[in-house]
Amino acid sequence: MERLLSGWGRTAASRADVVAPRSSDVPDVVVIQERVLARGLGRSYGDAAQSAGGTVIDTSDLRTPLVPGPVMTIGAGESLDAVMRASIPKGWFVPVTPGTRYVTIGGAIACDVHGKNHHVDGTFGQHVQSFDVVLADGSTQTITPTSDSDLFWATVGGMGLTGVVTSAKVAMQPIESAYMAVTTKRLDNLDDLFAAMVAADRTAPYSVAWVDTLAKGQRLGRSVLTTGYHAPKSALAGKAAQAPLQFAPRSLVTAPKIVPSMLLNKLSVGAFNELWFRKAPQSRTDEIQSITEFFHPLDGVQDWNRIYGAPGFLQYQFVVPDGAHEVVRYALKRLSAAQCPVFLAVLKRFGPSNDGMLSFPSAGWTLAVDIPARVPGLSELLDHLDDRVVAAGGRIYLAKDSRVSRETLQLMYPRLADFQAVRDRVDPNRRFTSDLSERLGL
Amino acid sequence: MIDALGNPQSVLLVGGTSDIGLAIVAKLAAGKRLGRVVLAGRSATDLERAAAQVRPLLVAPQTVEVVSLDLTDVATVDAAVSAAFAEPIDVAVLAAGVLPDQARALADADYASLTNQVNFVGPVHAGLLIAKRFSQQGRGILVVLSSVAAERPRKDNFIYGAAKAGLDAWANGMADQLVGTGVRVLVVRPGMVRTKMSAGLPEAPMTTDADVVAAAVAKHLMTGPSTIWVPAQLQVLMSGLRHLPRPVFRKVVSSRDESAKK
Repeated sequence: MERLLSGWGRTAASRADVVAPRSSDVPDVVVIQERVLARGLGRSYGDAAQSAGGTVIDTSDLRTPLVPGPVMTIGAGESLDAVMRASIPKGWFVPVTPGTRYVTIGGAIACDVHGKNHHVDGTFGQHVQSFDVVLADGSTQTITPTSDSDLFWATVGGMGLTGVVTSAKVAMQPIESAYMAVTTKRLDNLDDLFAAMVAADRTAPYSVAWVDTLAKGQRLGRSVLTTGYHAPKSALAGKAAQAPLQFAPRSLVTAPKIVPSMLLNKLSVGAFNELWFRKAPQSRTDEIQSITEFFHPLDGVQDWNRIYGAPGFLQYQFVVPDGAHEVVRYALKRLSAAQCPVFLAVLKRFGPSNDGMLSFPSAGWTLAVDIPARVPGLSELLDHLDDRVVAAGGRIYLAKDSRVSRETLQLMYPRLADFQAVRDRVDPNRRFTSDLSERLGL
Repeated sequence: MIDALGNPQSVLLVGGTSDIGLAIVAKLAAGKRLGRVVLAGRSATDLERAAAQVRPLLVAPQTVEVVSLDLTDVATVDAAVSAAFAEPIDVAVLAAGVLPDQARALADADYASLTNQVNFVGPVHAGLLIAKRFSQQGRGILVVLSSVAAERPRKDNFIYGAAKAGLDAWANGMADQLVGTGVRVLVVRPGMVRTKMSAGLPEAPMTTDADVVAAAVAKHLMTGPSTIWVPAQLQVLMSGLRHLPRPVFRKVVSSRDESAKK
């Protein structure tokens, strides 16, 4: 079926022929198409999961029975939401979760997603023991980090460009409850935040800070830092103690279909940020929160990306090494000066990088900011910030990208040539392409 | 591939020496993603001059292709579009056009028909071919330069106005036809623009520059209304003028022409 596809940011849509084969039919689809790409739940912000004029495999039928345990074999089209609903009641949690449960296993591998625990546990791909992938020649191979290390680490973080992953074996982590013990701290400026986050590295398995990008001057970087760990049964009381592993989150509201793009402006967003900062406690320790509250606060609002209206939005996410935290300050200053109506930005610490050739995380600081696409001068501003990021030895995240230049990307990903060598080997005719790969010459 | 912020990597300009067309190319190149431009037009010398002007604005591979196209000869239009789409095109601009000598056109029907070829028949032919290519690509933005003369032709420019009205009607219909296909048509209705085409004519109110038209195109390239006026205030003015009774409209135009001559 012909469909118009775009990423979560709803920018630069293109049309493709969308098919939804079962796992056993994927090889047939792959070999007869000139250009093909797998797409999960479309949570990449830019053009990673669309292919203009090509064929897109909707992975929703790539499913497996979900059997909870220390290692789970999971169909590539299963969402983390589905996995968690099956596994949490049996005491198993996913090794890594991004800020939404609505990503697929295939997408989590292709983007090598990270979560609030990266500084301790690394990326999703580091917990994948093996995956089955359909290659350009139609063959299905089971790849482990040792069976074909290059193909494994080109596929992990490889944005779907090496083949179609149909299922994966994922190592899970045991939990005693479906609750988190959360410590919340309000910080009045960026220096305090930097110090608090470095300290949190050593104590908390999960940590993240939300920064008010509209705050300026002395208050630049005012923020709320939350850290947490999986609550033991003994920490629970009341209803939670009676059913510690119960997990049945519901979506509360859906954003309206049509939103005027002027709804989000400096005043409305400023008011929201102020309210949100003031609602956070000055300091609170070991509060019991649900997994949803802690990990996926935005999943409560379905289709929240619509609030940016027709022009859409993008997320700018970069990482810079430890010594280069001044780039974070500079980026916040410039975004604040540009008066972008930006809801909270997210600041996180990363641990060391892995062997993924195009995997994003590397040790240091990562900042992620949602910005409406209609902001005047945004292209120049982000190009300028890219230059600072490159100069510091950092990079941007392909799963979020919809606008970086080819030249800049090559500087950010020095292992791009290794990645291309693997593609030359397994897909010499470039059957697997996306708008992203075409735009950036991947 | 065009990015989320409306910066294309490849552009086709039909009317490769048009002042407005080249201003649009320059504006689209300012985002520093544009690496390939195809200039299609009649005069090889003029096209080469335009190419030399465009090349330094581009990023690698800095490709400017010059292809011969004569809108009065459809075979050349077919060949030019095929050549341009040897590789994907992100944005195509239909900017070719002539301003007929109205008095001559009234006396010489052959001449009038020739200008209609350049202003209406040829651009629609090119536009149809481009729309088909864009549909196959699954994406693409077609910018069509119409004119306020398409909305309410005047006594002294209605041969031009009639052709632009035809092109405008085609482009608006095409925009509707292509909704949901990934292809967008942007119809641009400028008032009088200071270019080599209008050189020597008395300036109308709200006369503007090619750069202003280019900026408006860039601003509306990705989303928003599929028909725009430049300057924007012309939309209000024209919707008023369009509904004036003919005798009143004639008086408004002739009194303006009188004052322009003084």
